[in-house]
Amino acid sequence: MSTVTGVSVADTPGPDDRGPQGDRASTGRAGDRVFSGLATGSGALVIALVTLVGVFLLWQAIPAIADDKDNFFLSRAWDVNDTSNLRFGIVELLWTTVVASTIAMLIAVPVGVCVALFITQYSPRWLARPAASLVDLLAAVPSIIYGFWGIKTFGPKYQPFQDFLLDKLGWFPLFSKTSVSGTGTILFIGIVLAIMILPIVTALSREVFAQTPVAHKEGALALGATKWEMIRTAVLPFGRPGVISAAMLALGRALGETIAVTIIVSALAPGTKWSWSLLNGGETFASRIANNAQEFDSPAKTGAFIAAGLVLFVLTFVVNAIARIVIERRKAFTE
Amino acid sequence: MKIQRLGLVASVALVGSLALSACGSDNNASGSGSSDTASGSSSNASAADCGPDGGGTLNAEGSSAQKNAIEEAISSFQDKCSGTTVNYNPSGSGAGIKQFIAGQVDFAGSDSALKKTEKDGKIEADEAAKYCGSPAWNLPMVTGPIAVAYNVKGVDKLVLTPEVTANIFNGKITTWNDPAIAKVNSGVTLPSQPIKVFFRSDESGTTENFTKYLKAAAPNAWTAEPGKAWTGKGEGKQKSDGVAGAVKSTEGGITYAEWSYAKDNSLGIAQIDNGAGPVELTGDSVGKAVAAAKPDGEGNDLRLKLDYATKEAGAYPILLVTYEIVCSKGKDAKKAELTKAFLKHFASEETQKSLEEIGYAPLPAEVQAKVETAIGALS
Repeated sequence: MSTVTGVSVADTPGPDDRGPQGDRASTGRAGDRVFSGLATGSGALVIALVTLVGVFLLWQAIPAIADDKDNFFLSRAWDVNDTSNLRFGIVELLWTTVVASTIAMLIAVPVGVCVALFITQYSPRWLARPAASLVDLLAAVPSIIYGFWGIKTFGPKYQPFQDFLLDKLGWFPLFSKTSVSGTGTILFIGIVLAIMILPIVTALSREVFAQTPVAHKEGALALGATKWEMIRTAVLPFGRPGVISAAMLALGRALGETIAVTIIVSALAPGTKWSWSLLNGGETFASRIANNAQEFDSPAKTGAFIAAGLVLFVLTFVVNAIARIVIERRKAFTE
Repeated sequence: MKIQRLGLVASVALVGSLALSACGSDNNASGSGSSDTASGSSSNASAADCGPDGGGTLNAEGSSAQKNAIEEAISSFQDKCSGTTVNYNPSGSGAGIKQFIAGQVDFAGSDSALKKTEKDGKIEADEAAKYCGSPAWNLPMVTGPIAVAYNVKGVDKLVLTPEVTANIFNGKITTWNDPAIAKVNSGVTLPSQPIKVFFRSDESGTTENFTKYLKAAAPNAWTAEPGKAWTGKGEGKQKSDGVAGAVKSTEGGITYAEWSYAKDNSLGIAQIDNGAGPVELTGDSVGKAVAAAKPDGEGNDLRLKLDYATKEAGAYPILLVTYEIVCSKGKDAKKAELTKAFLKHFASEETQKSLEEIGYAPLPAEVQAKVETAIGALS
């Protein structure tokens, strides 16, 4: 049988010369059915996974939260060994997690966008590719390496900066002196996290910036815009939804980052005075769970940690939802 | 065409997999053959020491405090008895006991003997006995001293009493030249540096034993209940590695950690004065404290009650004992025989001696003799 690619059985006229039948051509063949089945199945699988994770977290967490003698959202205690007298709350974990991730975003998003602009708009072609791959390589470094690198190599280099902050800006509540001495501070975790999420922001932003229609860019230039004005009026608005989703993906990683944070951070002793300082220690949701996972010896105790995990899950979900809404809004404005 | 292509792919895959599986089975055959002969020869040499003929596999899980010790024992056991495999998963004492009761492992390692008090409506010792169909025994196997490790420039020798230690770790003494420290260290120039206390941020048996010591030896200064989670002051770091590393990089730092971590990071190790003069941390001084411990179980169940406040001269009081928890009558005869062989090797004088190099203290002779009797009675 001689075949011409792209010609299917449905295209060849049948015995009664009815000609091609559109419906059968698109859905009737085995390949179509299999592929649409696979795609639908994968979609359903993801939805089912997320739902099941949520259900599991709720299932395990609710009994523990119900047994909690303190206010789950406001308590700073974490005393879960006496199962008849559980006292735990998430306010410190929430604070550390959110603040460290915010610092990371404040550093990584502007820098990441600039790197992406450099690669797509400014750099010569011979440099763009290697530069892009190098940034992507950062994403391939396992987080435990970032942790050790942070504590052994970067920490000592960063210490003078922190000492300077303490010395000159110590009067400002965010930089006030705390019981934490070295580099196990929220600010330092934020900086290390920023480096970890930089490649995510860069890679995704680069993709969208590269897709700015040439007509837009040339139009801007033809109207007399300088290169910066062209970027501001053509590239950035076009790429904005992409940058926002990149930032949200990165934020998700920052919120959930575990090993690097666990290695670097200094946990606070129970009963330490509350401080707004970024130079304080603390534990994030993920680091506290990971740090104690080996000693989950009773369901009630495990439940307490899973409850913390549930809050992290919800937090990530809310952040993503907000991002979706923002992107939808932007679309409405630009179109 | 399409069918032909598919057929081609399929036939290539088929031939490939045949070829691969042929290789695989070849390897298997030669592999098992060689191990057969090896184990055969070794069982001729020392049949009693290597368990059942043809070797076998043991799975154990539990305390991470004894990880390095049991790994040392496993490697020398496997060298001696080829064909045997012992796997140890250092997932924590709680997990080890849980897996043991669930019948997933052949024996468990634990920082504390099976509890005889009720928790969550269950009594560990009874649950274990129910699984075994016979009492489960706690065999003390590894003693790990806990060092009070510090980093103060120019201070090579530091003596601490229980009260002073407790007050440092609960934040009442905050500088190195505090009169309370100076009083027990006459002749040592102490700097006016602030003391930086580091604790284990993860729950650990080390913290539990250290706070038990403080509570027993200095009940007035240390009022918090001992437990796996830290109740004092300071800055938390992850695992022994984290606290020891933090003290190393922080001048004025102090922490508690297993001996090996203090040694590896070349930190200063304080001498402890429980009332009978300062005691340096050595294998002998730890052995003395273990020998002074009172037996707390019946017959061959060798749970020990450590006397942290011991005033015996030359006994180093801060230590933890890890137990191997086994069924006194094994469920599976072959596994029981192998367990017996391995534990016998672990408790032997030679193996115990080799542990000192990696930061553990050997069992003192009296205790070791009792452990060997108990192992002999396993069936």
